[in-house]
Amino acid sequence: MENPENPQRFLTAAAAGLAGCRVCGTANPGAARACTCCGSPLEPAAPASLQRVWAWLAAGLVAYVPANVYPMLRTTTFGRSSENTLIGGIAELFSHGSYGVALIVFFASIVIPVAKFLAIAYLAVSVRRPAALGSHGRLVLYEVVEFIGRWSMIDVFVVAILTALVQLDFAAAIAPGMAAVSFALSVAFTMLAAQSFDPRLIWNAESENLNDHA
Amino acid sequence: MHTDQLIACPTCDVLNRDVNVKPHTVARCARCGTVLAAPKSGAMTRIAMLSLTALILLAAAAGFPFLELRAQGLSHQASVLDAVLAFSSGPMAPLSLATGLLIVLLPAARFCALIYTLAPMALGWHPAPHAATAYRWAERLKPWAMAEIFIIGVAVALVKVSGLARVGLGPAFWAFTALLVVTILTDNAICRLTVWKTLKTRSAS
Repeated sequence: MENPENPQRFLTAAAAGLAGCRVCGTANPGAARACTCCGSPLEPAAPASLQRVWAWLAAGLVAYVPANVYPMLRTTTFGRSSENTLIGGIAELFSHGSYGVALIVFFASIVIPVAKFLAIAYLAVSVRRPAALGSHGRLVLYEVVEFIGRWSMIDVFVVAILTALVQLDFAAAIAPGMAAVSFALSVAFTMLAAQSFDPRLIWNAESENLNDHA
Repeated sequence: MHTDQLIACPTCDVLNRDVNVKPHTVARCARCGTVLAAPKSGAMTRIAMLSLTALILLAAAAGFPFLELRAQGLSHQASVLDAVLAFSSGPMAPLSLATGLLIVLLPAARFCALIYTLAPMALGWHPAPHAATAYRWAERLKPWAMAEIFIIGVAVALVKVSGLARVGLGPAFWAFTALLVVTILTDNAICRLTVWKTLKTRSAS
């Protein structure tokens, strides 16, 4: 069965007995362990590498739980102290009328992390099973996840700046909460999960499906 | 056909023929559309100069006063270093180290590596020793160099504080804002595979 999207069949480096480098694009001899041009380690696109993706993703999910439960900030004004969780901070911004910033923080700390967990899981699952989204669609999804993942770190930086800046003795003081650590870890773990995903697998599944139908 | 004339697409592994691409045109992978070559005239010089600019801005951002908070007759100054050390007390100390790495040290290391790799090539020299390793690290560090994310975080924090107190912006704030622009310009000027190809041909000649 021919895929109407690509009428021509493509020859991959792996199918030609070569080892393509994911860093510099050099087509190395198949037996090479490290790229002859840039020295990067060469790994075949094997579904076994998904184990690393799942491991980092699970770690990211686990760390995301305390990030939401524990307080992100502890504010002390005139001796009275209050604690803010992630969602609490967004609600406060919203009630102050800073809708734009509330939206940015909402996206960076809730929407993007959750969407990222779902997207990475979907990509990893779709390598083994036929997916609703075509290869090109999944490649775009992968690129968006890789690009956008690091922006979630905004929240941790906001806490760092607020803590450094708001130190007015008894009038107002801000201290970081434990959630900052787990949130930073969660972002780092999901970034590593996205980086461990080998995009060549997206296409391997397609060529296997083609072979099945032929 | 010799394998030197082939490019294995870094994204989908399809073999593409390596043709000479004219400056200011883009060659894409036949299957997935990943950019394989996007040579621009003077790109090496531009990237090296932009990286140098970024390094200077980063040094200014780390050294000059960053923000000042004034309320009820009290005032408090904070530098970038203070923001890094915000987590330094108690069990959160490792996060301080991570923040320092993400917003100052890793961006600085990445720009140094870019200058080290690209400055000799911009001048038409042979690549410096271990240029391939340096450039590989520059690419690996890219997602972890978060100076530009930090400045957006600052903007969010300023809105949060603005109701509570008056905030004064120091020179370091503007240095960081300029760094955001320079970082984006640098990233747009870099075409990874073109740099690798140049490194390969220059080392061989």
